[in-house]
Amino acid sequence: MSQRFKDIDYIDLLLWLFRAVIIIIVIWGTVAKIFLGRGNAYTADDWIDFFVSGLSQGSLYALIALGYTLVYGVLFMINFAHGEFFMSGTMTATVFVALPLSASGFLDEHPIIGMLAIMLTAMLISIGVAVLTERVAYRPLRRAPRLVPLITAIGASFFWQYFFRGLYGSSLVPFPELAVLQGKYNLFGIEILKTRAVVVVASVVMLVGLYFFVMRTKTGKAIRAVAEDKDVAALMGIDVDRTIAITFATGAAMAGAAGVLYGLVFRQVHFFMGFVPGIKAFTAAVLGGIGSIPGAALGGLFLGVIEAVGPPLFLEGLGIPGGHQLKDVIAFTMLVLVLIFRPQGIIGERLAEKKA
Amino acid sequence: MAQLDVRDAIRKGLLAGVIALGLSVIGMVEAFDQRDVITDVFSLGQLLLFAAPAVVGFLVVKGRDIRAYGPALISGALAGVFAAIPIFLLLMLTLIYPGLRAQLVNVSPTLIGILTFGSGQIVGGLLLTAVMGVLGLVGATTHVIPDRISDPLVLGVGWTLLIGVLSEVLLNILRPLLPRGVLRFLFGTKGITLVTAVILLVLITVGIAWWRAQGRERYQKRIAARSAVQVANARRTSLGAGLLLLLVLPFILGTYLTEVVDNVGLYVLMGLGLNIVVGFAGLLDLGYVAFFAIGAYMMGILTSQGDLGVGGISFWLALPICVATSTIAGIILGTPVLRMRGDYLAIVTLGFGEIIRVLATSDLLKPVIGGAQGILQIPKPEIFGFTILQPQHFYYVILASVFLALFISSRLRDSRLGRQWMSLREDEDVAEAMGIHLVKTKLLAFGIGAAFSGLAGAIFAARLSSIFPHSFNLLISINVLSLIIVGGMGSLPGVVVGALVLVGLPELLREFAEYRLLLYGALLIAMMLRKPDGLWPSPVRRRELKAEEQEKLMMQAEGLE
Repeated sequence: MSQRFKDIDYIDLLLWLFRAVIIIIVIWGTVAKIFLGRGNAYTADDWIDFFVSGLSQGSLYALIALGYTLVYGVLFMINFAHGEFFMSGTMTATVFVALPLSASGFLDEHPIIGMLAIMLTAMLISIGVAVLTERVAYRPLRRAPRLVPLITAIGASFFWQYFFRGLYGSSLVPFPELAVLQGKYNLFGIEILKTRAVVVVASVVMLVGLYFFVMRTKTGKAIRAVAEDKDVAALMGIDVDRTIAITFATGAAMAGAAGVLYGLVFRQVHFFMGFVPGIKAFTAAVLGGIGSIPGAALGGLFLGVIEAVGPPLFLEGLGIPGGHQLKDVIAFTMLVLVLIFRPQGIIGERLAEKKA
Repeated sequence: MAQLDVRDAIRKGLLAGVIALGLSVIGMVEAFDQRDVITDVFSLGQLLLFAAPAVVGFLVVKGRDIRAYGPALISGALAGVFAAIPIFLLLMLTLIYPGLRAQLVNVSPTLIGILTFGSGQIVGGLLLTAVMGVLGLVGATTHVIPDRISDPLVLGVGWTLLIGVLSEVLLNILRPLLPRGVLRFLFGTKGITLVTAVILLVLITVGIAWWRAQGRERYQKRIAARSAVQVANARRTSLGAGLLLLLVLPFILGTYLTEVVDNVGLYVLMGLGLNIVVGFAGLLDLGYVAFFAIGAYMMGILTSQGDLGVGGISFWLALPICVATSTIAGIILGTPVLRMRGDYLAIVTLGFGEIIRVLATSDLLKPVIGGAQGILQIPKPEIFGFTILQPQHFYYVILASVFLALFISSRLRDSRLGRQWMSLREDEDVAEAMGIHLVKTKLLAFGIGAAFSGLAGAIFAARLSSIFPHSFNLLISINVLSLIIVGGMGSLPGVVVGALVLVGLPELLREFAEYRLLLYGALLIAMMLRKPDGLWPSPVRRRELKAEEQEKLMMQAEGLE
């Protein structure tokens, strides 16, 4: 009998306890909300609204998460500066393209051409920043211990944040409103804000496009080969450095596009906008299984929905005041939980315990 | 003998030019123009701007072994001229499109004035190009004239400029010592006067030249001739003098500078704590600010005389409780991440830090810790009826804490536990195979690291007498991490050096404030690329590096045979 208890690792026990407590809290809150009717009373429309806003937020996370997943896939490194790629393109496109176009009225006359121009600028700038960062801060350190590129990534992140703050100032920059996108669509009797619908559709299109890029094209094949084994890929005639740069560029392009969609939804951009979405998107990537593209998409949507539905559901049920303030806590708690209990994510291979 | 490489000169020149352009458009040049190095002649902003061509002129020739006058000077001047081109283009752009400021907020008339010497875009732009070309030439010249002359001259210019930049500090120290007339002669309204600059330049250059020529040899001879007793005496004297200096420092520095030193001290405390976690045990913790916050909030709750205070106990009684709470928090937050390594650990600890910050701001804990309003009316500590009020008084509290932390750190480093941490840092699996209890060792690192930070937090709370959640953001974690990396991971003197450079210097130059994190970011990258073991590497690292070098040399030697 005592032998059996000896085998139980008390750390495991503690972690199990931790998990049980969180699950009980969530269930208790949900039950209290649904059956006891604690907190505000919401109609079915309200809940659909929460869900849809979660989906649109989640599709943004998914787009950003792709960058983390792609880079982690090839380099096994967390690109801490990815949130800044997202910010740099968006801010530049807003300041130099979106605002002048909107002021001249072009954006409302030709919304599609205007949006495409904004998006293209954002993607190009994001790509530029990403390739430059990769060249200066990551490439020379390929063979260094793993902590070293992580530290340069943190450095790059702060460098770009404050560089763009210097360029465009520290105040909020308004993102122009599109007349076409005001109001709601009516979909099977459900009213959905037009911007949210556009964000979800655009993200899905880009996710599918990226999936085909990675799975069907020659460049995509090269990326997968480098992710599998750099040395062998080099022997097969693949230019590894170039492929890694392309991987960074692909992720950054997605981030730049996500940034413009972010601008559409939140109608303002600023130099610090990359930080929190960056971490959330990383959470999404880990949640889905880092290194997997469908995983990033799934993780992003899941995180977005939980964040939107969670506060009104179980936090209000627990009688916690100001639940919406705690949505970041939900996201970070999920990150911690996933990393502790299922580092391989929803779909994906186990990578977390790979040698650091 | 290498010849002129035009493409190389142009490429490097343009690169330097892009950097100078970047510094200009993000507003650094203009902000730093507020501070004169030499009164009314030369400002820090101009120094920043003109450093680019001079340095690139120096670098273009360096290492290329061009001893011939012609090619060296031409490539230097060429690089300098090309360094001016990006800014020249910016000037032309502002001429065509004067509304650029709507997009780039820092392209102001003042900046254009600085860049053009106040004389129109076209004339000024050409003037700037000419000046930068000359500076590139000057940079290249240092290689052409003999080292005997150029080295002291370069160092002399460097030191003079440095003294000019830090003239405010000097003025603060010298004000009570010298009569006003002398001060007015030495220092201008901002920066040093031209006369002082010339005197300094001559003195330093001649001094260094003499030292190089004769002094060093004499000094080394004298050092070598000392007896053992003399050596011991000299060491004791310098140690005593150093301690005495530390004790009387607040009286020399005055209130403002002491406050800066206090800040540095708090960062040293936190740095020493994080150094245990990151430097010794190799666990990259990005949520370190959480323990600082816990220490500060604990002090607030225990001692505050406002509505939120519950204990109303004295600072000295609360201090150990704060430290203990932080330690326990460190162990609790350390438990879930025991199985994680490297970058995953970094992200999760970052998540913890953010959770704590969000919780501190939220309404959930508002009844306990005041939400966004924070905790007010934290009393100043008292000792034997004497209230510790001024920064000068706090200096001694902080100094004592830093010494305590340094002592504990150095003892831990050399202990069995310290060696266990270091083996953990090198290879976790091997360490475990050697019989090191990973759980215990890691949790001790987290706990002790958190304790130092909690101590810093508690003192911080008492010093400010009010705390707000926004003082505990991620940037503090990043500051602390930067300072231990810049100082040298795992090195105790490195922490002090890092804190002085990264916390002290920017506070002395207030214009830095806005660009502090930009510089930290650039510095982190540069350190990792060029000098990954920091400004003051730990002795272990130094030995390892030497061993590596010797191995390399031996391998080369074998290869040659």
